Amino acid sequence: MTPPRRRRRRPQHLPAPPPPPPARPEGGSDSELRNLERLYTIAGPGDGGRAELDLVTLIVARSAPPPSASPEEAAVLRLCTAPLSVAELSAYLNLPFSAMTVLITELITAELVQARAPIVRQALPDRSLLEAVMHGLQRL
Amino acid sequence: MDFNGSDTIPGPRTEDHLPHTAQAAVKIVIVGGFGVGKTTMVGSVSEIRPLTTEETMTQAGIGIDDNYGSDSKTATTVAMDFGRISLTEKLVLYLFGTPGQERFWFLWNGLFEGALGAVVLVDARRLEVSFDVMGRLEERGVPFVVAVNSFPDAPRYPLEELRTALDLAPEIPIVDCDVRRRASSKDVLMTLMRFLHSLALSGALT
Ligand SMILES: Nc1nc2c(ncn2[C@@H]2O[C@H](COP(=O)(O)OP(=O)(O)OP(=O)(O)O)[C@@H](O)[C@H]2O)c(=O)[nH]1
Ligand SMILES: [Mg+2]
Repeated sequence: MTPPRRRRRRPQHLPAPPPPPPARPEGGSDSELRNLERLYTIAGPGDGGRAELDLVTLIVARSAPPPSASPEEAAVLRLCTAPLSVAELSAYLNLPFSAMTVLITELITAELVQARAPIVRQALPDRSLLEAVMHGLQRL
Repeated sequence: MDFNGSDTIPGPRTEDHLPHTAQAAVKIVIVGGFGVGKTTMVGSVSEIRPLTTEETMTQAGIGIDDNYGSDSKTATTVAMDFGRISLTEKLVLYLFGTPGQERFWFLWNGLFEGALGAVVLVDARRLEVSFDVMGRLEERGVPFVVAVNSFPDAPRYPLEELRTALDLAPEIPIVDCDVRRRASSKDVLMTLMRFLHSLALSGALT
């Protein structure tokens, strides 16, 4: 029996994907947009490039929920007393990922949480990261 | 969800908390057609009970950008299973399994672009269900390895026949696995990491 056959595809030089439409619950104001812009520099990798919250950006609370916090914000702050990824927060709070990033963005702007940026493929500084992953897996 | 009850929102079990020293996370994506074992693989190696995150994709996300925000757009919910492995005190690995319609995975902002690499699971009884996703990874330059999951009655093709059928370059690893077994899933991940390491050594990864 012969298996079905596939044809390899070539790398495409795709244009950079457009930034995702901010999925805010209601229409946003200009000042909210400016806050978003500001966040991207704060949470960025430090090279001046715009960084977005990734599924695996780790979020850590910087303080207990202030009285002014909304119930959603208070929930995030309680969950993030230890570091948690945006994906985990989205799962535990049962919020879509993009809605979660909007909420976290506001918390970063309010300096209530800290974001620890992920290490992405393009930014691999050297082989030491890959080696650290391998050593970690070997110990499993 | 009623956030007024947020004191009772289920969070991680105490033993599932990451240490405060956790500084950064990396991710690997597990792909493959319908029913090839993606969820099983995430579950077998994860240290936490696998979780699900969702994203809503609208027409706007599919490349028509003039009707974002209109209520008439079609929206599709895409869910992903994921699990976690703490690698060191500082470094955490997340594994994402991508179910459902493949064309939507690639709209998930940053999912593949930021991943270290991908595992393509195949079922030798239905190789073709994993063809499309391999092509999409190639188009995007996402490095991947192929793992042949051990289903009963699956034909056992000789490796070179499989490589020819899948039209894979000689350097791309193909391994057998049984993703129900943690050790086997771990071996697949190690194969991917060794492959990525070899790419880094040869300068193919920047
Ligand atoms: N024999 C055998 N069965 C497996 C193996 N891996 C998964 N299965 C079974 O195959 C079925 C599908 O596995 P899933 O892990 O749900 O596959 P999936 O890729 O997540 O499926 P979708 O999300 O529906 O695309 C389940 O009934 C698994 O128990 C394997 O290695 N060997
Ligand atoms: Mg699944």
